[in-house]
This record gives sequence, structure tokens and C-alpha cells, in this order.
Amino acid sequence: MRSRKIIGRVMFYVLVAFIVIYTVFPFYWAIVSSLKAGSGLFQVEFWPANPAWDNYVGVFQGQPFGRNILNSVIVAVSVVVLSLFLAVTASYSLGRIRFRGRTTLLLVVLSVSMFPQVAVLSGMFELIRWLGLYNNLLGLILSYMIFTLPFTVWVLTTFMRELPKELEEAAIVDGASPWVVITRVFLPLMGPALVTTGLLAFIAAWNEFLFALSFTLSNEMRTVPVAIALITGTSQFELPWGNIMAASVIVTVPLLVLVMIFQRKIVSGLTAGAVKG
Amino acid sequence: MTTVYDAGRATTPAARGGAAPFRGSLLTRQRRRAAWLFLAPMIVVLSLVAGWPLLRTIYFSFTDATLYDLEYHEFIGLLNFYYLAIDPHWWRAVWNTVFFAVVSVSIETVLGMVIALTLNAHMPGRGLLRAAMLIPWAIPTVVSAQMWGWMYHDLYGVINEIFLFLGLIDQPRAWIADPDLSMYAVIAVDVWKTTPFMTLLILAALQLLPGEVYEAARVDGINPVKVFFKVTLPLIKPALMVAIIFRTLDALRIFDLMYVLTGNSRATASMSVYARQQLVDFQDVGYGSAASTFLFLIIAAFTVIYITVGKVNFDQGSK
Repeated sequence: MRSRKIIGRVMFYVLVAFIVIYTVFPFYWAIVSSLKAGSGLFQVEFWPANPAWDNYVGVFQGQPFGRNILNSVIVAVSVVVLSLFLAVTASYSLGRIRFRGRTTLLLVVLSVSMFPQVAVLSGMFELIRWLGLYNNLLGLILSYMIFTLPFTVWVLTTFMRELPKELEEAAIVDGASPWVVITRVFLPLMGPALVTTGLLAFIAAWNEFLFALSFTLSNEMRTVPVAIALITGTSQFELPWGNIMAASVIVTVPLLVLVMIFQRKIVSGLTAGAVKG
Repeated sequence: MTTVYDAGRATTPAARGGAAPFRGSLLTRQRRRAAWLFLAPMIVVLSLVAGWPLLRTIYFSFTDATLYDLEYHEFIGLLNFYYLAIDPHWWRAVWNTVFFAVVSVSIETVLGMVIALTLNAHMPGRGLLRAAMLIPWAIPTVVSAQMWGWMYHDLYGVINEIFLFLGLIDQPRAWIADPDLSMYAVIAVDVWKTTPFMTLLILAALQLLPGEVYEAARVDGINPVKVFFKVTLPLIKPALMVAIIFRTLDALRIFDLMYVLTGNSRATASMSVYARQQLVDFQDVGYGSAASTFLFLIIAAFTVIYITVGKVNFDQGSK
């Protein structure tokens, strides 16, 4: 009986170890590969004997990678700020006021978050060209609203519903208008929700690929995912894997740091966004 | 804002007095007006970036528009859809997408369940493990595609090395170039990347389960496997269903993974890859829009299912 228990325990931890290796290994391998220079890359070596930073320097020399990172930051931050701004007032209406058409509106918002991006590609392309925003970061900011806005509205509405009724009633009795209720009463309470939703929207915007690929043309306007997808070597058969891995690590590490800091909040945000729907 | 403010103030005494139908209706009307005012910017933006482009895409699908000049096009009725229906490459893309969605979501569900059950057990460092689960989820799809592309490399890839070492294969394989293997290679990356999402959702559901039931089951000495199928699974079924439909919707519109890992290769091209290739690479906006519209209809059908299933607690907790 006792030995069976020990075997069970050992099996359990073997399983846990396997899960961890499975999840973490590819990223570990990217780091190891990014630290190998020259021909060292083409030998399978699970620990780089002589770590070298050549790839990290190279990735900024071969293409405007610094500019690409800046583009991604500008686009993602703008999209998050705009979405949160629009979503706060909208979620107050959807979460706390009963009016005709509310459920329909919520369903429409939910449906938009399910849109396959390619389904709006030609219409969006026309719109962006018409507004003169082709190969312009503003075009990306506008088009990204299609997935960040429904998401932020949805999650913030869920959050708004859970705020205590008494707070709002007290404010109304004191003569506060809905605008004052939002800005003075609810907004200070929404800090954590705004951080979580904003972070999830930021990650989605940071990772977006299809629109960024289709609505930008020049190297200088590309965002990070497009830049990484299009890094090319001297020939098709000579992809600079070291550079690609270095670029991959560069864009992922800040994201991982953010995710680890806000780990708990992200899990609850994900669950609110998906399951409560 | 001033009038709104005054209206609120004027009714205050009545509010203290209790029943006052006048106050209720005035306040309610005022709040309804505010509601629409607050919603207006969001509705305008959403109509601009979602409603209008979608309508234009559907419109384009009935025309012969080209990317070179979108303005000059003619209405050609259902011709694009006819060509779509007779294009074997399109049906290959449809099959690829469905196959990809079904296989990867099934694996993710089973794997996510196993990992969630493991992480749900009491052990030291559980929080750390949950954090590790977030790594694949947080890595951009393009980055994970490139990372795996390197690991799959036919000559220098670590996958071949490991598989050879374990004796699973007797010679290196070209995982991505080989049309028989490439779809499975793509699925493996998707499973790696999105199983954590599934795990987190299942874990959230597991942690809400009442502990007493398991206590009772243990006292009665019921087989854990039986407990899982008779107690756990039925209890987390609603959350599981929503997670599965959510992942399926995501899988059906997949684009970046295939595009980066295998390009426009017929063996793995999804419906989104096919539509974008027609639209952008071949400049055929009309035909590409027809393919996009078809995909939209499929997703719309699934969305209806999602909303119906999710409705279980859709309007719950509203005040």
C-alpha cells in the first residue's frame, strides 16, 4: 500500500515535469539558438558553450527592427487607450442601465468579436485606402479596433455588473449625473479591471498579423510580427535562423515579464472574456 | 449636463419619501438617454470598422473588382461563388480548415483536461506551474511559428534529433516540406500554443467545484476514474462546451500559423489563407471576397451556437 502510494507520487511528478518541459522547451530552444553564432547554430547542443550576442546585434543591422518595435508599441498603446476610453462609457450603459435593445446590442458586440478577420479584409482595405491611411500606422490603429473594442466592452460590462448597486444609488441621490457616476464613482474602482483588459487587448494588438501584413507596404511601417515573418536571408534556402530566434526572443521577453507580473489578473480576465460569454 | 444634474437634485426629496412613480420614470428616462449617448461613440466606431467593411466585402463578392482598381467593377451575380464551388483548391482549403479545427481542438480538449486535473491537485509550486502555462499563450503566433519552423528544420532541427535519439524515426524527416506531414506539424504547433488556454479555462471551472462531493466519494471508496466521469465531467460540462466552441471558432479562422510556417502551400492552406491569397497576391477582390463571405457564413453559424450555449449565464448578474 505504502509503496503504491510512493509510485503514484513519483508518476505524478514525472507527469508534472513532462508538462513543464513540453510548455517551456520551445522557448528555451529559441533562446539557446539565438545565442549561437555562425556554424554553431547547426549543431544540436542543449546548452550554448560560448554564448554570443551577434544575432541580437545583427537583427537591428539587417532591417529597421528598432523602428518595427516602435511601430508595434505606438499601434498597440493607441489601440488600447482608444478601446478602453470607448469601452468604459459603453460598458456602463450595457452593464448598469436597463433599456430596450440592450441584449441585442450585447449580442452584436459578442458577434463582432467572433468575426474572421479575413471576412472584412477587402472592405477594410477599401476604407483604409479611401481614408488615405494605407501604409500608415493610423490605418492599423483603426482596423485593430475591430477585435479590441468588442473584447474590452464585453469584459468591462461583466465587471460593471458586479459593482455594488448601493454606490451608484447613493451618488444619484446626491444628484450625480451618469457621467459623474462613471468618472468619480466607478472609474476609481475599475483600476484593476482596466489594467487586465488593457493588457489583454495590448497582447492581442501586439500579436496581430493579418491586417499588419496587408495594410503596410514598406519595411519602416511594419510591425514586429510582420517583420519577424519576413526576415529573409541571402537565398530562400539560407534563412538566418539565428537572427529570427533573436528577434523572437526580443519581442517575447517584455510580453512574458508583463504576463508573469499580472499572472493572476490575466487568468481571471481570460475566464471573464471567454467563459462568462 | 446641467439639466441632468438639476433633474436629479429636484427629485431627491421624493426619493427619500419612498414610493414616487414620477421620480422613477424621469430618472429612468434620463438614464436611458444617457445610455444611448454613452454608447454612441462605441457604436459609431464598431459600425465603421466592422459593419461597413463586412457589407462591402459581401458586396464585392458579387462583383469582378480587382485590387488594382476597386472603383471600376461590375456586378456579376453569383459567378464568383460558382467558380468557388468548382475549384478543387478551395475545397482542399475547406477540408484543411475543418480537419485542422476538429483534430487540434480535440487534442487540446483532452490534453487541457489532463493538465488541468494535474494542476488542480494540491502540490507545492502550483502557482509557478500556472504561470509557466501562460508562456506559450503569450508568445505571438508568428513567433511560435518561426520557433517551431526552426525546430522542424529537416537538417538542423532539434525535433529530428530528439526523435532519432528516442528511436521514433530512423531518418530525419522534412516535417514542413512533406505534404503528408505538414498538416500534422501545423496542428502540433497549434496544440502547443493553445492548450494552455484550454487548461486555464478548465482549471477555472474545476476550482469552483464543491469539495464535499469529492470528500463523500472518497469516504465511500469510489474509483477516481468513475468519480471523474460521473461527477467532475457533468459539473464542468457547460464551461467545457463554451471553451470548445470558443477554440473551434478561433481554429476555423486560423491564418498566421499556416502562412508563416508553410506559406501558401496547398497541403495546409486554410480558408483564410486561400481567401487572402486570392485577394492580395492574385488581386482578385471579387473572388477572394466570395471566399471570405463563405467563411463568414460558417463562423456566423458557429457564433449562433456559441451564443445559444453561452446563454446559460449570458444575462446573469445584471442589475
